[in-house]
Amino acid sequence: MSQLDIIDLHVSIGEKPIVKGLTLTIHSGEVHAIMGPNGTGKSTLSKAIAGHPDYGITSGDVLINGASILSQEADERARAGIFLAFQYPSEIPGVSIANFLRAAQQARMAEGEELDASAYYKRLYSKMDLLKIDRKFTSRSVNDGFSGGEKKRCEILQMAMLEPKFALMDETDSGLDIDALRIVADGVNTMRGPNLGVLLITHYQRLLDYIVPDHVHVMYDGRIVKSGDKSLALELEAKGYDWIKKELAASAA
Amino acid sequence: MSVSTLSAPAALVGSFTPDVFAAHLASLPPSLPGWWVARKRAAYARFASLPMPTRTDEMWRFSSIGTLTLDGFTLAAAAAAGPLAPSGIPEAARLVFANGRLVSRELLSTDLIARGVIVDTLHHALVHHDALVREHLLAQPLKLGSPKFAALHEAFLADGAFIYVPRDVQVDLPIGVCSHAIGATAAVFPHTLVVLAENARATVIEYFGSDDDTSAQFAAGANDLYAGHGAQLTYIGKQDWSHRALSIQSNSTVVRRDARVQSLNLHLGARQARHESLSRLAAPGAFSEMLALTVAEAGQEFDQRTLQIHEAPNTKSDLLYKNALRGTARTIFSGLIVVDPDAQKTDAYQSNRNLMLSDEAEACSLPGLEIQANDVRCTHGATSSRIDPEQEFYLQSRGIAKVQADELLTFGFFEEVLARLIDPDLHEALRLLIQTKFTK
Repeated sequence: MSQLDIIDLHVSIGEKPIVKGLTLTIHSGEVHAIMGPNGTGKSTLSKAIAGHPDYGITSGDVLINGASILSQEADERARAGIFLAFQYPSEIPGVSIANFLRAAQQARMAEGEELDASAYYKRLYSKMDLLKIDRKFTSRSVNDGFSGGEKKRCEILQMAMLEPKFALMDETDSGLDIDALRIVADGVNTMRGPNLGVLLITHYQRLLDYIVPDHVHVMYDGRIVKSGDKSLALELEAKGYDWIKKELAASAA
Repeated sequence: MSVSTLSAPAALVGSFTPDVFAAHLASLPPSLPGWWVARKRAAYARFASLPMPTRTDEMWRFSSIGTLTLDGFTLAAAAAAGPLAPSGIPEAARLVFANGRLVSRELLSTDLIARGVIVDTLHHALVHHDALVREHLLAQPLKLGSPKFAALHEAFLADGAFIYVPRDVQVDLPIGVCSHAIGATAAVFPHTLVVLAENARATVIEYFGSDDDTSAQFAAGANDLYAGHGAQLTYIGKQDWSHRALSIQSNSTVVRRDARVQSLNLHLGARQARHESLSRLAAPGAFSEMLALTVAEAGQEFDQRTLQIHEAPNTKSDLLYKNALRGTARTIFSGLIVVDPDAQKTDAYQSNRNLMLSDEAEACSLPGLEIQANDVRCTHGATSSRIDPEQEFYLQSRGIAKVQADELLTFGFFEEVLARLIDPDLHEALRLLIQTKFTK
């Protein structure tokens, strides 16, 4: 059992505050969805936790099992158990998926320890079979010329191989048709279980039809303004984000 | 005799004095043909009279002139074979030279020998295949700025490799040639001559290396590649001299009708390495693909000068040189495409791409065209780029540390060149060869 604590987190891009005091605890086995209108800081939250150098954390803390990860570089945070599934994954020409994942696995091993290549490929192929990904995929360059669906599938494959403690899924549904969405959701559902905590970031409720969350949070202007169970997502879908804005305005008045 | 008449030639010849040359000539086997010895004498006279390159030489623009030197080097027979380049690539035959002398060899199969394939020393070939050697050895024009060093090479060339593949014969496995410099101040003059007759096919891999990475050595090497009518030659050169060595290498390629030559030079070693590469597209249908990968570290300078000459219609040349620069490394690329007046329908490309891995590194590019025909397609370009921070973050977000992430991205940058190799088995082997530089 692991626990990810996000405590009163403030994040700025340059001088501009984006996340303004966000607190959330995720336990292994739980799926949390963060919903909210565009520009409210959802993606910033996930990139800041993953350690993107352009996102400055001005105050607050992020802890894995009680230990702060904020002094760590992005790669150390990843090895500590954080996985960011990107909204727009980078294309890396000339680096095959097989070599990329191999380097990521090697990075998790002790100094001087060599990855067992045949065991690695065996594991890679079994994960690909599970996710119904063609084996030829591994020789292609990472995301290079991939369709939106292929990119997201590649993210899911990486997640399956790296077995993070916590997955931050940034708008995983964006740009996907319904078939691709189903494949991605199947992948996440396959990995869902007592060893994985998930933070799903999404603008639309559509994804939540396929990955049913345990908790739903509404984010607005850099904060969580409302939390509930999966019915909150349905309510949002029915009433729209204006409902939240009006509620906030009323309570402020 | 005045001091000035003594000192002037000394500055022009450095360690390579008339006495040293006389000793070199005396060390050669007496069986060598007279024309070759006469050529060597003439070459020495040219070497001794030609000036060193100067800052104002257009052909040496951007090169570090002050660090070019002929002093402090010795010609010595190697006591031992030295370390062999472990390539992991199965070979059809291998010649290993140390300080210009054959020290070991792996013979061709009896089948290939029976079919007329020759992998032998230049000495032996000069005696037994006189006409063939005379036609091709150092027979190409010197157009890339190093007549003095070319003359030095010819004068002191002790021994080298001679590879001949007869008509319609295909050698499936690569032929290996290793040239080692042994000793703290060794001067070496490696040479490889490859002649492919009509429709012959072969791959030649040449390794240049030192016994010790701190030896202040000197190498003036050259090769001659000749692909006859319909022949296909793949040439790979891996330069990994000591990081204190000065290297000047001059390669000439002649491609005849419908022949194809693919060459890939890996530049890893030396403190200062100049590499001149000339391709002559001498008959219709000829195709020369010129590839190079350089990993330039702090303090290293790689100076690459190329010339693609289209002498006949319907010829093609395609040059792609990629440099990765770290620390305070410098690279210079100067390339020229020349299209002769009747070389219509020429297809010529030239591209130099630099990946800057540090802010202190410097890459200079001088692409050029000289076109005298009117129905041609020629493109050239040079770019310099840095590691994309988003790509770097993506790799780091998967747990890969920054240093390894940059290494992966550099390999990704090189992959475009390695992927051009016709032989897929060579691809992975070369990746490993490059990797040794990163893990050093």
